[in-house]
Amino acid sequence: MAEAAVAKKQGMTFGKNEKKLLVDPLSTNNPITVQVLGICSALAVTTGMKNSLVMAIAVVFVTMFSSLITSALRNAIPKQVRMIVQLVIIATLVTIVELTLKAVSYDSYKQLSVFIGLIITNCIVMGRLEAFAMGNDPYRSALDGIGNGLGYGIILMAVAFVRELFGKGELFGYKLLGGSEEYLVNTAAEGSWMSWYQPNNLMILFPAAMFVIAVMIWIHRSWKPQLVDVS
Amino acid sequence: MGELINIFIKSAFIENLALSYFLGMCSYLAVSKTVKTAFGLGLAVIFVLAITMPINWAINTYLLGEGGLFGTDLTFLRLILFIAVIASMVQLVEMVVEKYSPSLYNSLGIFLPLITVNCAILGGSLFMVSKEYGFAESVSFGLGGGFGWFLAIIAIAAIREKIRYSDVPAPLRGLGMAFLLTGLMGLAFMSLMGIDLAAFN
Repeated sequence: MAEAAVAKKQGMTFGKNEKKLLVDPLSTNNPITVQVLGICSALAVTTGMKNSLVMAIAVVFVTMFSSLITSALRNAIPKQVRMIVQLVIIATLVTIVELTLKAVSYDSYKQLSVFIGLIITNCIVMGRLEAFAMGNDPYRSALDGIGNGLGYGIILMAVAFVRELFGKGELFGYKLLGGSEEYLVNTAAEGSWMSWYQPNNLMILFPAAMFVIAVMIWIHRSWKPQLVDVS
Repeated sequence: MGELINIFIKSAFIENLALSYFLGMCSYLAVSKTVKTAFGLGLAVIFVLAITMPINWAINTYLLGEGGLFGTDLTFLRLILFIAVIASMVQLVEMVVEKYSPSLYNSLGIFLPLITVNCAILGGSLFMVSKEYGFAESVSFGLGGGFGWFLAIIAIAAIREKIRYSDVPAPLRGLGMAFLLTGLMGLAFMSLMGIDLAAFN
């Protein structure tokens, strides 16, 4: 594992606890389905796999470096102004992401528009800084940041997979289900082998994201009953 | 004037920040367990949106723009300045409310700090920039957006209070149900797209 190599080089361990930091947020402590954080900016971008991938990478970058920086500065930040300091760190990182994306892939930048900026108020970032990075060393905080970023990214990709596949019959923009447009009008025209599928426009609409996540929570909690809400 | 009313109606109903952009979902889901707390948070959001929107408009126009105070394009500082304005305004509002209206402070108290990280506030300011609104329009957009968010959180809190008496499958209880309800409310709000804005002029 790449992380293990880094740990070795820095003379740090990558034991059970460190692995837990990385793996836990993927399922039992998932930021979206269990901690209910960071839903805000997530749902609007999940109409396509490509945008979701860009968003996931951006969030992993921001969670990792914000945890790292905050944790490195944690003894120098006065308690009263820590929110402002954290916000400035996050906002700087998000600005870096925004400018990079603008330069590298202007199309994605246009499509994601304000949602890249909204990573600042993504509760995952702030939440992890408050809950973990303010009390732990930089190496473990960075791992925690990566883990939570990935946990968010996995849900994002899963939702996008369902929505894009059933909503447009495409994955990453490549047509998989459903025939060409002329096939839908004239069934005598040649269609692909999957042309029986009629794209379901509901999946492209905003509320579909809510339904997909609700079903995911349902499955996740049936599988791990200890997560069920008791109240 | 008609223009401003149009923006208010549009931002409150047709392009509802909570139900058609899913902004501010974290506090929306966390604080919607009872109508009373939802009411407090909703009011605080209207308040803060209506105040920060014009300030951010002024900053964006007079400080950051090409024709602004510094004469150069400083838009890359937009995110940092906007979030700083929001954080400090929330702090200021909290202090003013505490001094002049202790009863309002007691009902809003704990929700005000939460609002800094409510995406609806920053999202509203960013939408205002991308829609290129003027000063009066941004005030109207702030009030309308806040009102729409207020309506959405009151509605879901009321439904969640009722649904406690229903027999929901255990894994869906609480969070899962809240997601489903929000999706259904989003669908319901989509029917408001049919509002004819010209009728208000």
